Amino acid sequence: MALDHNDIERVAHLARLEIDASSVPGYVESLSDIIQLVTQLGNADTADVVPMAHPFDAVQRLRQDVVTEVDQRDKFQAVAPQTEAGLYLVPKVID
Amino acid sequence: MHNKTIAELAQALRAGDFSSEELTRAYLDRIKKYDGQLNSYITVTEEQAMAAARNADQKLKNGDASVLTGIPIAQKDIFCTKGVKTSCGSKMLDNFISPYDATTVQKINDAGAVMLGKTNMDEFAMGSSNETSYYGAVKNPWNTDKVPGGSSGGAAAAVAARLAPMATGTDTGGSIRQPAALCGLTGMKPTYGRVSRYGMIAFASSLDQGGPITRSAEDAAMLLAVMAGFDERDSTSIDKPVPDYSASLNESIDGLKVGLPKEFFGEGLDDGVARAVDAAIEEYRKLGADFKEISLPNSHLSVPTYYVVAPAECSTNLSRFDGVRFGHRCDDPKDLMDLYKRSRGEGFGEEVKRRIMVGTYVLSAGYYDAYYLQAQKTRHLISDDFRQAFADVDVIMGPTTPEVAFGLNDKKDDPLAMYLSDIYTIAVNLAGLPAVSIPAGFVNDMPVGLQIIGDYFSEARLLNVAHRFQQVSDWHQRTPAAFE
Repeated sequence: MALDHNDIERVAHLARLEIDASSVPGYVESLSDIIQLVTQLGNADTADVVPMAHPFDAVQRLRQDVVTEVDQRDKFQAVAPQTEAGLYLVPKVID
Repeated sequence: MHNKTIAELAQALRAGDFSSEELTRAYLDRIKKYDGQLNSYITVTEEQAMAAARNADQKLKNGDASVLTGIPIAQKDIFCTKGVKTSCGSKMLDNFISPYDATTVQKINDAGAVMLGKTNMDEFAMGSSNETSYYGAVKNPWNTDKVPGGSSGGAAAAVAARLAPMATGTDTGGSIRQPAALCGLTGMKPTYGRVSRYGMIAFASSLDQGGPITRSAEDAAMLLAVMAGFDERDSTSIDKPVPDYSASLNESIDGLKVGLPKEFFGEGLDDGVARAVDAAIEEYRKLGADFKEISLPNSHLSVPTYYVVAPAECSTNLSRFDGVRFGHRCDDPKDLMDLYKRSRGEGFGEEVKRRIMVGTYVLSAGYYDAYYLQAQKTRHLISDDFRQAFADVDVIMGPTTPEVAFGLNDKKDDPLAMYLSDIYTIAVNLAGLPAVSIPAGFVNDMPVGLQIIGDYFSEARLLNVAHRFQQVSDWHQRTPAAFE
């Protein structure tokens, strides 16, 4: 199955990736190859097969609903690109 | 001292033949002297290493030491290390100083091992040649025109060139075993859930697993003993006791039932690699192992299944890199969308972007059932193949890779050819099984790896089977001539 320019631009947008226009043809080609490779999975007979999400039939462990984390905001914000008064700064979202 | 095994180093430190400070200095000097040729380290933590070594010497003096106390180690740059740059091989995290230690790092530090630095790797562990790293390709110590494998290529190159006596790696589709094979080392991917993933930067969470890269199974047993174990901070960690991996190394393998999957010996396997693997099988026969041909009939589905499951999980995991809380942020974003798109577009390399897009595609509306859901089903088929095989045999053997190390740039622009490097290793991750790769000879002066796959939690048995071979062979003791 071949992908085209529009598919790449749509997927890049969904993934929030800016893709340089000059690299779009390369991605069209390599993603088409990969999608073609994985399309053969459709030939496998999986009519009675249950999807496998985890290597074992393990279930997620539960724990007591108590606070275990201590406040480490200053430590974590030390590696943030831009903060002010304990908040992460982003471009204005609401006018 | 750089040719000693972990056990020998531990012994020498206790006997006072040299101190951890001297040993650490010797390795740091070797890194300075040789790593320009290899590029195996992204960060060398000289100051911290010397401080840790002095601390270890004190513990040794006080008789308060564990097996690894004072022994240097290289940590893959995917493991968060407090106060030290943790880049994951990406521009995205070039400025990231981790505020905390990964559980694995913490356990290794607590055992008294001395971190020499952080090793180079394919960006976010996505690659099989260590050529996707933002910090440049790593070279194979056996021939610097060849790749070391990936994604733990820096770890493997460092141990092979004796720039570290042991290293950590991570394995999502072969990223420990394939570089171990290509660099002539012993590399183990443990059972999913055996080693904590807390603080190990996630690529594909249902497949990722940390493990040791060492020169021998004996060394691997000592490092795995420290890495393995339950961690309540990792929700997929398995609460099961850790056996004494060293204690069972010498057990007899007389009567061991070994399965040889016919799918691993067919088309695509290099003749030289096949001969080396056959010779290793002959050695095992002499040790009393019984062989039978088996079939893993859904093997052909493993590469396509992996290239749906892994990118899908990667696209989800890597959505956390948004230019807001940590990592790269673009200059002068005009709005939030621009901030996300340019920060991610600039911060991620080509292969990472490719996999994020594949993952986004297979998870997107209209395609989810055909790709992602179907891949989860074929994953079950692949896993069931192993389940059936292990009803009849104790371990499965075959080549780790279809060929020895290929040339730098040979496959760099051909993603599909690169993906096939992991054709024999990927199914193991999909099933969550443990497997080890051990040196089994050379083809054109490049190392060949033998892969041994076991049933869930059979790490002790695998290391035992590997060790018995290493007692009657010397492939694992060879050193690349330029780094002796």
